[in-house]
Formats: sequence, C-alpha cells, structure tokens
Amino acid sequence: MAPTSPARDVAIVAFAQSDHRRRTDELSEVELLMPVLHQVLDATGLKTSDIGFTCSGSSDYLAGRAFSFTMALDGVGAWPPISESHVEMDGAWALYEAWVKILTGEAETALVYGYGKSSPGEVRDVLTRQLDPYYVAPLWPDSVALAALQAQSLIDAGDTDEPALAAIAARSRDAASVNPHAQVRGSRPQGDYLVRPLRTGDCPPVGDGAAAVILAAGDRARELCARPAWIRGMDHRIEAHALGVRDLTDSPSTRLAAERAGAFERPVDTAELHAPFSSQEVVLRKALRLGDDVSVNPSGGALGANPVMAAGLIRLGEAAARVHRGDSDRALAHATSGPCLQQNLVAVLEGES
Amino acid sequence: MSKEPVAVVGVGQTKHVAARHDVSIAGLVREAAQRALEDAQLSWSDIDAVVIGKAPDFFEGVMMPELYLADALGAVGKPMLRVHTAGSVGGSTALVASNLVAARVHATVLTLAFEKQSESNAMWGLSLPVPFTQPLLAGAGGFFAPHIRAYMRRTGAPGTVGSLVAYKDRRNALKNPYAHLHEHDITLEKVQASPMLWDPVRYSETCPSSDGACAMVLTDRAGAARAPRPVAWVHGGAMRSEPTLFAGKDFVSPQAGKDCAAEVYRQAGVTDPRREIDAVEMYVPFSWYEPMWLENLGFAAEGEGWKLTEAGVTELDGDLPVNPSGGVLSTNPIGASGMIRFAEAALQVRGLAGEHQVEGARKALGHAYGGGSQFFSMWLVGAEPPTR
Repeated sequence: MAPTSPARDVAIVAFAQSDHRRRTDELSEVELLMPVLHQVLDATGLKTSDIGFTCSGSSDYLAGRAFSFTMALDGVGAWPPISESHVEMDGAWALYEAWVKILTGEAETALVYGYGKSSPGEVRDVLTRQLDPYYVAPLWPDSVALAALQAQSLIDAGDTDEPALAAIAARSRDAASVNPHAQVRGSRPQGDYLVRPLRTGDCPPVGDGAAAVILAAGDRARELCARPAWIRGMDHRIEAHALGVRDLTDSPSTRLAAERAGAFERPVDTAELHAPFSSQEVVLRKALRLGDDVSVNPSGGALGANPVMAAGLIRLGEAAARVHRGDSDRALAHATSGPCLQQNLVAVLEGES
Repeated sequence: MSKEPVAVVGVGQTKHVAARHDVSIAGLVREAAQRALEDAQLSWSDIDAVVIGKAPDFFEGVMMPELYLADALGAVGKPMLRVHTAGSVGGSTALVASNLVAARVHATVLTLAFEKQSESNAMWGLSLPVPFTQPLLAGAGGFFAPHIRAYMRRTGAPGTVGSLVAYKDRRNALKNPYAHLHEHDITLEKVQASPMLWDPVRYSETCPSSDGACAMVLTDRAGAARAPRPVAWVHGGAMRSEPTLFAGKDFVSPQAGKDCAAEVYRQAGVTDPRREIDAVEMYVPFSWYEPMWLENLGFAAEGEGWKLTEAGVTELDGDLPVNPSGGVLSTNPIGASGMIRFAEAALQVRGLAGEHQVEGARKALGHAYGGGSQFFSMWLVGAEPPTR
C-alpha cells in the first residue's frame, strides 16, 4: 500500500506538558490542565478565541464519573462558543481528529489536549474494564499481567531477555534525568518481579499529568513557530482485541500505520515511542525497523512518565519539540492504546532545513 | 481549499427496545453496521475506517469499548476512532467520519453510535458526584425542567404545548418500525393525565431508556456514483461548545446552538431555514425542547416557537415536519440518539423513510445536543449534490 500524502501542510507549532507526579490530590483535572493550556497558548501568543478547532482526549473511568471532560472544557474558556470535539482516547487521537479537521480547510489552527489522573483509583484495576466485558473483564486480568504475558512471549521467541529489558529501562530513565517533567528519573535498581518476567523497572510509573499542543496550517504555522514540526504523514490502526488471536511478539498495526504515514520512505533520526513496558519497545523497534543510529525516547519515554490518556500525545509533543529546537530533522512519534499494543498511531514530523 | 463532497449511501438501525437481552454489545452494533452495509450494497472490505461514538462509558460499564468492538465492526487492520461529546456524540461522530472523507483521507467510512442502557443504569451513570462540582441532580430531567419553566415564563407559552409535542412524536413513532415506543392507544388526554415527574415535564413527555445502535456508510463522489440507491449529500456540518455553567449563559437558547445552526446554514447556502428546509430531526428528549429549539435553530423568532407547534406546523403533514421518526421522545439509546437524527434526516432526502416519509423532502436538518445544553452538532443533508 502506498503511503498517503496529506493535501495540506500542517505542523505542530507548540507543546506544553505538566510535571508528571504520582499524586495530585490537591488539583482537580481542570486545575491540572489549566497551566498547560496557558503555557501552550502563550508560546504562540494565541488566545482561545483565535483557535479554529479544539479537540481533547481523556477517559471518564479515571475520574470515576460520567462526562468528566465537560469540566475540562470550562478550563479552555469556551466563550464565545468554540468549534470543539472530544475523543475517549489518548490525546494523540484527538490530535489526529484535529489534523483531519485542518486538512478539510475548515480550520487553520487547532488546540489539542490530553490529561489523566490515575491517582484517584488503582489504574491496574481500572484498565481491566477495557477488556471484553463478558468473557475477560470478569477475571480482572490487570495491565501488568497482560504485558508480562507479552514479555514472556518475546523471551520465548528469543527476541529479548531480562538483561536486555533491564538495559532498556536503564537507558530510558537515564534519558529522563534531563527531562524536568518526568516522574521517574535517573538510575535506579530494576527491583523485584512485579509480574514475572517484568520487574518494577520494566513497568511505567503510575501518575497524573496533562499535555497540550497547537497545530497550524501552512504560513500560519511559520508565523507562529520559528521551525514548525511539519506532519508529513499520520495514520493509526487497530488489531483484534482478544490476545489469543494475536502474535504478541509483533505489531502489524504499528507497521501498517508507519507505512501509511510514510515512515519508511527515508530514515528518521528520532523516535518517541509510547512503550509503557520495556518489552513493548522491543516489539515497536522491530515493527518500525529502527536501527541503533536512531535516538529512541530521548525524553525518557513512558518509562519516565506515563499519565494515562496523555502519554501518547506527549510522544508527539516531545518529537515536535526536538524538531523545534533543531535537534531533529525527521522524527517519528508513536502512541498506543489497549492491552498489549492493540491500537497504534504513527506520525512523521519534519523540520525545514 | 476544496473539500471532497460527502454522501450517505447506507443507513442501518436496530429495532430499539428497553433491553436487548438476546445480543451482546458486539452483537448489537454488528446488527446496525450490517444493515448499513446492506443498504449501501457494500461489504466489510469496502470500508476504509470506522468512527464510533457513544455517551459515557459508565452507561455500559466498559471503559473505551471500541477496543473490544474492533472485531465486531470489521475494524481489524483499519483506523478506528472513538468520539465522545456527551449527548451530542451521535452527531459529532458522523461529522468526524464525514471529515475523513471531506479531507480525502479515506474514501469510504463506516460510522456507528450505540447505547445498550440495559447493561447498566443511566440514572446511576449520570449521578456520580465528584467534590466541588454540581452533579446533574436526579438525572437529566431535574437539570432541564427549570430551564423549561424559564422558557414558559419568558414566552408566555400555554402549559399544553409540551403535551402536543409528545402526542405528535408518539404518533409518528407508530409509523417507524425501528422506534422503541409503539403506543397504539396514545391520546392527547393520556399524555396530559400522565404523572408529573419534573414540573412541567410529565412522564409521557420524557424519553425512554433504549438499547440500540445506528450506523451509516459515508463515501466520496466516486462512491456516490456507484451507489445502488438514492444518496443523501452533506451540505453543511458543524459542532459548537460552550461552558456548562457561567453567569452569562442562556439555558433557554444557548449561543452555541445558534452559532452552530448559523454555520451549517452558511455552509449550505440556506438563508431562510423555515422555507428552505423540508424536514427536521431535532434532539427533543423532553417535549418542551421542540418549541425551544425551533427558536434556537432559527425556524421561529424568539418567543414564537410554541406557536408553530400549537398551529400543527411541526406535524408529519405540516409545513415543517419535526421528528417524523418519532424522535428522541420515542427512542433514546443516548449515545446513538444524535446519529439517529442525522440518519433519519438522510433517509428523508433519500426518499427511503417509509411510512414516516415527508413527501418531497429535498433538504433535511439533523440536530443533536448534549451536556448541560452546551454541546451542539448538526448537519444539513440534501437530495442534490452541493453546489458550493
């Protein structure tokens, strides 16, 4: 299948994120989000009323009540009324919806945000509610146990081993040490088994956080940002839900999304991968054909901070920020959703030389 | 920049009922999707992407159910997006799907919205409080009744208008085989004698809780040319949002609703909606919202909406039929209700609405709203391709 090239030049022109923390009991979701929204708008000098389209990603299940995103919208300041939408997904997919909206020509700019507070509940338990409600969810298999199943498949297939996983964890947290927003930074012991073969170090920290980006089209992007991160392609694909019908050592949906996003046309220098578990980086590197010369997760990735529903959007933001700074000319950003990398999004971002 | 014209080539619904104990959530959505494909005479392999919507996940107790539904909707290997914009979600979902075609990202998209309310309890799902925020007290009716009273005070509308709407919509539902409530013995007196729930809203003036799904197949110009049956063309579509609560908010006629309608009319080149639009499927979960939205959507001057209802203008054989399908008052699978409005508008201009067909309908409006009257989504469809 030939990659699709977008009909219009659209770029990420600004990115902001919160300092991700284990708990933010003193903050509501709106309070967690507001500073991030202000930061990203300030970076471009835009006001809410200047934005053509707004889209957010979040999940009611984290807050434990229906319609939690409606409160967050109050933080945006939707008056006079705005053109706005919401996906019950990671903010990366909100960015996708906003990108499509700009491609139709109906908007020139978009504000995208994602947020999640995992601290009010037990996120491992909460995520079990994503599973087939009749046959699987009643057994409460948690997200770490499912990831462990995937990790063991990889080890059995000879794709990795425990020392290699430990090296991924160590490299990620070393990288996170220069990321002021990361929750877990610097070298730390791999720790005990959480669910064999995964040790504490192989698993993401549980935390609260938010992120926002601004998208703009064509010359508007050039006005708003010295070096826009142009979206050369973006695609996402989903796989079967049941783990029994998938090869957990592979990620065909990631490969297909990358192909459609044009990721394989030329090498990338940076890849921000949404791999909450060290073992998932192994799967993604293979699917994306990333060589050792590619800087993978220079931000520390999801092993440094994994605010559920924002962590994917942060990968897009981190990749774009590297382009903005001139640290990358062509970066790949990836987001995932569902158990064991069920759903995957890939974007290719480039700076103009 | 030019957008690709978008056409509705397939529509499918389930028979909406209080509880579909015979199917799983996956079985329910599959049924609607299969019917939409049959209508379009397409197969699963013709679909490039799936866009799914529903209202809060708490209504079924499944977090992000699209993950589990990927297989049932033939989405494996395809892009799948999940939209959630409260009660307006069915409409927003259709618009997101429509944009994928308009932007030429995909040629043919399946869009679907559902709610299987019998899996859980919507009243409970709507009443989970969090600290420092006002929950929707006693479900949606408790929230909306004071705004209806404000409308009555403001316009001087007689107390009988609400019952006229309910009586009309329930009679229209009798002509719609997919409608949930088929009250064959309905009379105006029975509506007016039903118990008062949230003054002035009586039991028979409220929507039921339904299980159901609605699906549409949207495609580009080339896809429309191949369609075996008449198509509906999207002439305009928009979403608008405003905050839940603030001092300047007009709950009777929210600005976001006015702006959304104005944007749709602008896109569609409609300057006199009352004359140019032949049928309206509007989101009326409580009877009084028909006259209120008639004003909000520009079909009547401020304070005059109830007069259209009272004069029979909104009846199936009236000058501006509103909810020929029976509307939300007769069928309310919450997350699907907005998409049903959009789909019924499409059926009208395709001439495929069966017994509740508005004769000669060429342009129809689909309307949805959600939250505390803060989220709006609308589209205008026509029998002819758009010329602008």
